[in-house]
Parts: sequence; C-alpha cells; structure tokens
Amino acid sequence: MPHKTFFWFIFPTGLAMLLFIGLPIVSSFFQSLHIENQQILMEVENCDPFGCTTNVRVDVEATEKLKEENPLGRFNGIGTYVDRNHLAFDEIGEAWNSSSSMGEFKDTVLNLPFYKALLFTLTFCFTVTPPVIFLGFIVALSINTLAKSIKGLIVFGTILPMIVTPLIGSLVLFWMIDSQGIIGASIQILFDDPNLSLKASSNLTWITLIIYGIWHNTPFAFVVFYAALQTVPQDPIEAAYIDGASRFQRVRYIVIPHLYPVATFIMLICLMDNFRVFEPIIGFSAEGVAQSLSWMIYQDLRNENKMLFGSAGATSMLTILGIAILLTPVLIRTWKEFRTER
Amino acid sequence: MTSGAFAGSHSPCGPTEGSINILANEFNTYRIFMDEVKSCAGSDVDFSVTHSVDHNKLQVAALSANPSEFSAKLVTNGSITPLMNDGLLRPLDDLIAKYNPNLNDNQKITIDGKIYAVAFMANAQHLWYRESILDELGIAVPSTYEEVIAAAQKIKDSGKMANPYAGAFKSGWNLGQEFVNMYLGHGGEFFKSGTAQPNVNNEKGVAALNVIKSLTELSNPDFLTQDTNAVKEEWESGNVALMHVWNSGASSLLDDEGDQAIRADTRLAPSPSVGGGSIPATTLWWDGIAIATNTSDENAEASFRALVGAASSAELANEYADATVWLIKDYKGGNTAGPVVDAATRGASPYPSFPHMSLLHGALSSELVEFLQGNESAEKALADVEAAYIAKATEQGFL
Repeated sequence: MPHKTFFWFIFPTGLAMLLFIGLPIVSSFFQSLHIENQQILMEVENCDPFGCTTNVRVDVEATEKLKEENPLGRFNGIGTYVDRNHLAFDEIGEAWNSSSSMGEFKDTVLNLPFYKALLFTLTFCFTVTPPVIFLGFIVALSINTLAKSIKGLIVFGTILPMIVTPLIGSLVLFWMIDSQGIIGASIQILFDDPNLSLKASSNLTWITLIIYGIWHNTPFAFVVFYAALQTVPQDPIEAAYIDGASRFQRVRYIVIPHLYPVATFIMLICLMDNFRVFEPIIGFSAEGVAQSLSWMIYQDLRNENKMLFGSAGATSMLTILGIAILLTPVLIRTWKEFRTER
Repeated sequence: MTSGAFAGSHSPCGPTEGSINILANEFNTYRIFMDEVKSCAGSDVDFSVTHSVDHNKLQVAALSANPSEFSAKLVTNGSITPLMNDGLLRPLDDLIAKYNPNLNDNQKITIDGKIYAVAFMANAQHLWYRESILDELGIAVPSTYEEVIAAAQKIKDSGKMANPYAGAFKSGWNLGQEFVNMYLGHGGEFFKSGTAQPNVNNEKGVAALNVIKSLTELSNPDFLTQDTNAVKEEWESGNVALMHVWNSGASSLLDDEGDQAIRADTRLAPSPSVGGGSIPATTLWWDGIAIATNTSDENAEASFRALVGAASSAELANEYADATVWLIKDYKGGNTAGPVVDAATRGASPYPSFPHMSLLHGALSSELVEFLQGNESAEKALADVEAAYIAKATEQGFL
C-alpha cells in the first residue's frame, strides 16, 4: 500500500484515537503533576440546633481568587507519584532501614495502599487469565463437536456470563454467597460451620473474586477460540485421522499450533482487562479486603467529598505504565515471530 | 394541591414557575419528608428527587456544575461542610425574609451571620435492644459499652443468638463513623488544636478501636459489608438483640411491615458511654434543606418554597411524630425522641464541622479494616490513618 493511501486510510482512526485517547492521557498526566491551591481558612461563628460555636471554615472568596490565578493548582512535580498513597519511596526507604527481616519489610510495603492494590491486581490478573484461556479452549472444543440443532442454544447459554453487566453479575453472586443465600447457606451446611462466611475473610473474598473473574471472562476466550476453530484446515486433520492419530494427538499437534496466535491475542486482552479489575470489588462490597488500581482511582474521585484529581491522575498514569510493562514480553514475542515469518 | 389551597395562609407552598430537582440521602424518614415537599410543590412546577446513599460522594461534583444538575440538597451538619468549602450553597436570608415561613429560630443554620440551611430533624445513633431477650437472661439495659459487650457475650453464650450485636461497620463511611463516635466517647480530639494536623494515634484512639473490635467479634462475621440498611434487615429478621443505629431508623423498624412480634419487642435506649467517660459515644446530627448556588434564581425560589413548606409543616411532624425527632415548630413530640434528647443533654458533640474532617473520615474508612480483621495492631492502623490523611490533606492544600 503506498504511504499516501495508507495515511488517508488510517487518518480518521488516528484522529479519533488522538482526540479520545491521546488528549485525555496527556491531560491526566498534566493534572497528576499538580495539587490543589492552599486552602485559606477563617474563623466564623456557626449556629445550629445544638448551639453556637466558633469554627473554622474555608474562606471561599480568597480561595476562589487563588484558583483564578492558578486554575491548575500548585505545581508539585512528581510529588504526588512518590507520596505515601502512591509509590511511597520515603516510606519504603524507612521500612528497609528499620526492618529486621525480609518478612517484616514485605509486610510494611504491602500495607501501603498502592502496593496493596498492586498485589491484588497482579494476583487477579495471573490467576484468572490462565484458567480463562484453558477453560475457553476446552469449552470451544466441546461445543464444536455438538450437533448443529442444539449448538445455537448452548452457545447462547455459554456466553451469558459475558452478556450480564459485571456489576449486576457480581451483585447476584454477592447475594447468593450471603450466609442466608443459597450458596452461602449450602457451604455452611457442607462444612458444618455456622460461622463460615465467604465475605468475612480476606482469603475467601479473594478466591470468590477470582472465581467470579474466571466465570465472567471465560465466554470471551470461548467465543474467540470457537471462531478460530472454524478456520482449522480439515485436510491435515483427516490425514492424521487416517494415520491413526488419537483425538488428543490431533488437538495437540494440529489444532493447538494453529490456534497459538489466537491464544496470544486472548492472553493480551485478558491481561489488559483483568489489570483494570473494578466492578466485582464494588459488587461484592470487597473494598475492605481487596483493592485494585482502578478502585484506587474510583476512591480518589468518588469516596472523598472532594475529588483528588492529582492523585487519581497519578494512579492512572501508573496503571498505564503497569499495563505497558505487563504486555511488553508478549508484544516482543509477537514482534519476533512476525519478523521471522517475513 | 394547588397554590389556591394555601391562599391567605402562612404557607410558602405552591410555587408557580421554575423546576425543582433535589438530591437527598436514602432512608425512610427522608421519603416521608419528600412526600410532603412534593405535595407542597404542587402541580405547576417540575418536581424530581434523587434518593441515594451515595449522596455525599455525588454532591460536590453535582452542585459544582453551572448550571448544576440539582437545585437543592438535603444536607446534614456532616455533609454541609464540603459544600460550604466550595461556596456551593446560597444564603437563604432574602428568601426567608420574603416568605417568612413559620420556623423555630434554632432551625436556621447560621454560618458567619448568614442562613445557609433550614434544619427539619435531629438525629443520632443510639442503642436499640430486644426487651424479651434481655429480660429472659436477666440483663439490665446496658448504659456503657463495657456492659453492651458483656450483655452480648451473655446472649451468645446462652445459645439464643450466634451474633447478638450489630452496628454499621461496612468498610467506608459507616466504619469511619463508628470510630468517630467511639473516639469522641473517649474524649478524643481529631486534630491538634488550631491546626489541620491529625491527632488520632494516641491512647484514646487505641482504646476506641479495641472497643469496636470487641463489638465486631459479637457481630455477624460479614460485618464489613453491612451498612445501616443491612443492619436493620438483620434486626427485622430477629438475628440481633442489641444494635447501635440511627434514631431515624424508627420510621422503618417500627412500622407495620415485617415481623410484628419483633417490632413489639423493640426498645430504644440512650447511647452508651465508654471507657469510664460520662458523654455518650455518639454524635449529634441535624438534617436540613439547602439550595444550590449554581441554579437559576427561579429554580432556587421554587425549590426553597416547596422545601421550606415541608420544613415548617407541623401537620407533617405531628402526623409522623414517631418517625424522627422533628425540629419543626409546633411539633408535639413523639415516643422515639428520648435517646436523641438524652444524647444532647448528656453532652454528646455534634459531628465535627472542620473543613478537613471529611478527608480524615475518608482515611478512617479505608485504613481500619486490617485491624478489625486481626492483621495489624491498633497503633499501626491509626498510624496508617494519619499517614493516609496527611497525603490527602497535603494534596488538597490543607497542610
């Protein structure tokens, strides 16, 4: 394709990406370098049903004036990135010097909000993605052998978890695992422990979230694998069949190599998706024990009475960086394969 | 109702132009209040109301837009501060002068000489208990948290209930509020005097946390996911014999729905004191109406008329006398007001109105969980609270 044609071909997409992806990222980055202007406080007399008191309040006019002079706030450089609620370099340095053992150091670091969230995010990513790929593949293989008449219905049933809005899906499960819900009560009877609660301990909550993640993501892997299975050439399979290859051997030596690039694609998408894990944490009310990077951004923008734009911007940038690091090995590998194929 | 119905009366009801859009918290008493607001608004103006338990998180963003989505907000002494910080509420003096509604003086929330809100009810968290269960086991109504813990332990040991105590310990605002109550009950101060420096990592803070921990050990193991509404459901299911929740819960706990045997057995008691102190470990709240700055004068006036009409309606207060403690003029008083009045007379403090309080409350909301799960010491949890607060307050320009 001549360069000029390519340019005009890609131009609308490129422009849209620049406007809707590029600019917001630049703007978030800019915001993350700033913090709010100094709040000017003043003493005032307040009266309410419980009596009159002298109290401090924000001097709105003076603060407003500062804001007009400095609409972005005060420049803080990378100050927000390294503060205690993000990378926490000072706290880590201190923990390194004062900890007597590696275990103690690890505990201190994982108690910092960013690292706590990172630990959950990565755990979720790496425990959900492999089973999703494996299960998706198995389900696709199984459904591919079904009779045409029932295939449509089964395919529909299989992709339901993906169709259900994540928040609704997790809420439904949340109620089911309640100690009075069908799953929660059954588990209590099964283990003969009336105090067993999936919501009470961190470990069980993590496991619940991971199982939910697998349940929700498997249909995506299934759909892609299923589509790819339709492109597997029939000739080599028939040849292998005639040569006496078992079903396992046919899958292992013909189907899997053929689907390999597709698996890489699914892994990429799944890793990216799972790195942004958010809705199940809200749906399962699991904020107390499981925080993710996306949840931290939400917390900065929603859970405070005032939005912490700088903090949210910094976490967003770190999330983008995290995804980039996560995907680099896969991308390098794809690129190398692409080069050798040429 | 039309405006004609009020002709000649004192009532500001029945605005004829503008539109009304109100943001409010979600609980039963507010619904009762809103029905009155709606009938006062009449049929000539557009009326809508959004009830959300997330109102605190939505309000600043929603009222900052110009024109703002909402023309009015139901506020409390906790939620008014962030709105005042950004100048998002308009003074009501001229509207009050114009319509001269029938208000008590203490309904007028005055900040720096101007009226920014009109209070219509008072609220506080206090103790609730099941009389038959306490009687059966020979337990006197607890007046301190130490007695609450002993009583709950006794009920648990008797095998009557597995988790006899309940409080709104949901990680987030509710959990932060439990600490606020307990810390004030121990006589704590949240900030070093005259500064925005936090001051919770001390003996009183540790003592407060230990009491909360003992209570959670006698609660449903899912306590970190239970907010006030979930606790009320536990109560109505008969799983709980002692709880510390809002007085306004009376309107749904003592209504005709649900198990009437439990309702008949439900008693209200004053909020307990703690740690040998004399003041109850609770905070006093008022709920009131406030009008957005960033809305047109026309909408502001219509909203004010409808809201203040309800906030000055003695008929409303006396019809639902037991729903809450109304501050409305000519309210004759109900059967459920006792614990709130008791808290006020025994010296409970109103929820702190420092402009930076919400940031500390936010830090409390997320950093106390690990202590309650037994993964971290009380001192460490409180040190985390202070560190998290300092990072946020620095970013917000308070430090």
